[in-house]
Amino acid sequence: MRLSKSFLNDFIDIKDLDFKDIATKMVLAGNEYESITKISNATNLVIGEVLECIKHPESNHLSVCKVNIGTETKQIICGAPNVAVGQKVIVAKVGAILPGNVEIKAAKFAGLDSEGMICSMAELGIESKYLNPADKDGIHVLDPSAPIGQDAIKYLGFDDEVIDFELTSNRADLLSIIGMAYEVGAIYNRKVVLPVNTYEETESDINRSYKIDVQTDNCPMYLGKVVSNIVVKESPNFIKTRLIASGIRPINNVVDISNYVMLEYGQPLHFFDADLLGNKIIVRMAKDKETITTLDGVNRSLKASDIVIANETEVVALAGVMGGLKTEITPNTKQIFIESAIFNPMNIRYTAKNILRSEASNRFEKGLDPLRSEMAINRACYLLNKYANGAILKGEVCYDSIPKQPKVIVIKLAKINSVLGMILRLDEVLDVFNRLGFTVTGDDELEVIIPSRRTDISIVEDLIEEVGRIISYNNVIGKMPIVSIKPGKYSKRALMIKELRHLLNSLGLNQVITYSLISESEINKFVPIKHDEIVLLNPMSEDRKLMRQSLLSGLLGVYEYNTARSVTDVNIFEIGSVYYLDNGTHEDTTISGLLSGNYLTNDWQGKTIKADFYLVKGIIENMMRYMGLNNRYSFSSVNIPKDYHPTRSASLIIDNQVIGYLGQVHPSMTKKEVYIFELNLDLLMSFKVHEIKYKEVSKYPGINKDLAFVVDKSVTSQEIMSVIKQVGGRLLTNLDVFDVYEGSNVLANEKSIAYSLTFEDPTKTLNDEEVTNLVNKIISEVETKTSAKLRTK
Amino acid sequence: MKEKILSIKADLTTKLESIKTLSELNDLRVLFLGKKGPIQELSGMMGTLSIEDKKELGSLLNGLKNEVTEALDLMKNKLELEALNSNLIKDAIDITLPGTKVHAGGIHPITKIIDEVEELFVSMGYDVVEGPEVELDLFNFEKLNLPKGHPARDSQDSFYISDEVLLRTQTSPVQARTMEANLEKGPIRIICPGKVYRRDSDDATHSHQFYQIEGLVIDTDISMADLKGTLEVFAKKLFGEAREVRFRPSFFPFTEPSIEVDVSCFKCGGTGCSLCKNNGWIEILGAGMVHPNVLRASGYDPKKYTGFAFGMGPERIAMLKYGVNDVRHFYTNDMRFLNDFNRTDGGDQ
Repeated sequence: MRLSKSFLNDFIDIKDLDFKDIATKMVLAGNEYESITKISNATNLVIGEVLECIKHPESNHLSVCKVNIGTETKQIICGAPNVAVGQKVIVAKVGAILPGNVEIKAAKFAGLDSEGMICSMAELGIESKYLNPADKDGIHVLDPSAPIGQDAIKYLGFDDEVIDFELTSNRADLLSIIGMAYEVGAIYNRKVVLPVNTYEETESDINRSYKIDVQTDNCPMYLGKVVSNIVVKESPNFIKTRLIASGIRPINNVVDISNYVMLEYGQPLHFFDADLLGNKIIVRMAKDKETITTLDGVNRSLKASDIVIANETEVVALAGVMGGLKTEITPNTKQIFIESAIFNPMNIRYTAKNILRSEASNRFEKGLDPLRSEMAINRACYLLNKYANGAILKGEVCYDSIPKQPKVIVIKLAKINSVLGMILRLDEVLDVFNRLGFTVTGDDELEVIIPSRRTDISIVEDLIEEVGRIISYNNVIGKMPIVSIKPGKYSKRALMIKELRHLLNSLGLNQVITYSLISESEINKFVPIKHDEIVLLNPMSEDRKLMRQSLLSGLLGVYEYNTARSVTDVNIFEIGSVYYLDNGTHEDTTISGLLSGNYLTNDWQGKTIKADFYLVKGIIENMMRYMGLNNRYSFSSVNIPKDYHPTRSASLIIDNQVIGYLGQVHPSMTKKEVYIFELNLDLLMSFKVHEIKYKEVSKYPGINKDLAFVVDKSVTSQEIMSVIKQVGGRLLTNLDVFDVYEGSNVLANEKSIAYSLTFEDPTKTLNDEEVTNLVNKIISEVETKTSAKLRTK
Repeated sequence: MKEKILSIKADLTTKLESIKTLSELNDLRVLFLGKKGPIQELSGMMGTLSIEDKKELGSLLNGLKNEVTEALDLMKNKLELEALNSNLIKDAIDITLPGTKVHAGGIHPITKIIDEVEELFVSMGYDVVEGPEVELDLFNFEKLNLPKGHPARDSQDSFYISDEVLLRTQTSPVQARTMEANLEKGPIRIICPGKVYRRDSDDATHSHQFYQIEGLVIDTDISMADLKGTLEVFAKKLFGEAREVRFRPSFFPFTEPSIEVDVSCFKCGGTGCSLCKNNGWIEILGAGMVHPNVLRASGYDPKKYTGFAFGMGPERIAMLKYGVNDVRHFYTNDMRFLNDFNRTDGGDQ
């Protein structure tokens, strides 16, 4: 909502106030603004009269003009096609500064001196959307009565200041200059003065020729008046300027008056060409598929939720949203029917959303003051009479079902103070209500009468807010709440996520956050078991349309973004949800990671640890140990989902359940070696884990033995290790692989795996013979149960 | 005999001077203290002496033995130290060569802010509570005093899954869920961080996905003074001890009265600069007293309970605090961007 200072001053005397101060105080009362500007900030402009205008001898499109600017006559070269002798024009003198910091200097055009410039509206900084065709193409021609030599900006009223407010959606009352005046009045404790709109009426009574028939509850009020003998012409300057200041394009006096009154009172009006309207005006709901051609020439098919204005044959307007083409005001209109009505905001909102949001629909949607409907229609008649030669027919057609008893809220001072946390006196509170124009009776239980314009106030808390914002919350002194002391806590899941984040950080992985919404082409990637997707009904783009079922396509995106910028060492993880439908919506907490490039480097020492399967496996094992799941998990190479490298990936299994996968990204998806993992954290957290319990370390020395087995390449290390562990029993306290060999010392289809075994007995020192016997047993069991043979050399 | 002793001493002193290595020193030790050495030779002569002479010579001989041993040990220590020192010099490295690149991972900057806020409020007895991101219209809007068709829904354009299900546009539904789930309908103190979604085009200041942190306190005697006190603690913790808090009236359907909360600019201290657009204050969150309709919708009696709620955007706080100029940086995850946050914050706290 744009508020011009001169417009505001019509209703409240604020001439003496700095408009910036008003803007600042409005912010502190809850009304934020975007900007405060002048309509035009051009300087040094005067009104001139073109005394002479001849074609430039050297140029076809330039004219050489002699312009009287009051004190002297200047030669000005003008490029506009419409410049002519006798016009009153806006002259930028030498030294004038135009918007965009353009300084006017004395210049030569094709050899002739030019001392100044004759200006168009655009050169004054008026946006082209406000201009009529003539003003778009050439200089602005002023009214013949414009006084030569005077400041042109002042004459046009373009020195008016405008605050562009960003209002909160509850303050429908501020969508009018009068509403703004009440607000400013409350802040500065000044009185609002409403205009008196008196006019003569003709003999003939409107009710003799017009009938209204409101057939729907969605129109609680409908008022109509008829004005005849209309002369359609240009509006006076002050109306045009104020419309421009308020962001509305001037059209002609009749259309402008309807907008002007809407700006003043907040009540949108609709003007029909009465000669084309018919004599019976019906307000009803549209029939399904009923059609109307609206003002913009579009033929529209209507819905049963649209409120329409109709005559006995057809729909003539979409109530509150847009008029019909047939009954539009044209330059030939002689007689108009003024509609001032209130419609159900929900219907208007719905219709406008489908068709067009306008200044009018915005006001209908937010709710109107029923007392203003009458005031506005009278104001329109007054202005049409004054500026469009209108003759007003006697009386009014009226349908009004809105109860008129005022809204009363009962409130106690103690309640106000207890919510605000302040210690206000009764007189301070009464002063606020008085400034706001609320009438109060009673002294303990205050009965506050709310003016009908304040549609936003309906409960005690609303009134408390009024007191708070007018008195200023700056007077609230902060304190800590008096509540019972208790420790704050995190959920188990939130705590685990925090801890795992730190674990993965310590292992060198950066946390990332990616988008939950992905494209259809990404939705299947890295997803082992595809569930029904959660799809947006109204996506913004194809790229963000479905809820992800894996974090990995996001992580791969991060990887690609970074490698494209030559960052090739990428070690990242994300903890977030995946989303799917399976008897309702599911959001599974997932922990995923991606590693590629070097994990640890020292180039000059020739030392590098590159990301590979075993690095990822090591990270997972670290996590499992951290989560208390040591010795409970295993890895399997069967059933690897697509998008994972089929022979370099594994699933992680606990208690026969697949928890997730790790491995290399399938080479068909990226040329680089990229390793990933993705685990279901909710599932991981579902296993019961025993508490930390210290087990005394053995006091007795351990014995180390190394064993190497030669085995077919297809046999996994795990097969051999499980036999070793089984036979080794409780005395085997550590088992590790220290060498894997393939090459000339073994057969082509074979490999050698070397294990180091540690034996310890917590109760005594082991003797060599015991250990040798156990090792021999291990060897023979491994050889029997697997195809492995002990490597002797 | 005495002369003999003196000459042995003199001989040792001379020989020690030319010793360079530990093995030479060992030879010398054998030479003087060994079985064929002069001291042993003198002891062998003891048997031929009278008792008095034996006594005198015995003590002289002992003294000599001690002196020789001491001199040899001293030399040994000296040689060992020299050997160690020469080895240390051989060990020398160029400490200016680069260290091994050991990379520690870091927390995402948004998470850093959330952690800081959570920890502060947990220390004041708030519980951290989370809720679903795919939410019912009922909790996201209706129970928060935003019935269907409410104009304020416009400012939160939503991604819908069906007529009744949407991606939550705010973390406030967690309020409603928590109040609903609290069967005793007693006091509540919670902080609710999480992802939210709005139907916005991504640009420098808008993101279709972002985080919110919601706070809610419900008790029998809660006022705006409590809200202000609480947010003052928050502002000082996050933005520095010197920060002040300003309340500006505003409108949210789920609170009444509603306010926007500004902190005094932490760059200029309130005198005006580019960060605060010259007005000395920076808007950081929205808040208010819980609307009676919201209390009622979840079974609380507004006559008995009042409460306050506040909501903030960690992205905005991170942008202000760290000087990030484009919200999209948080979601593109450039490693160089992330690594900048991989350290402790030295702010004045």
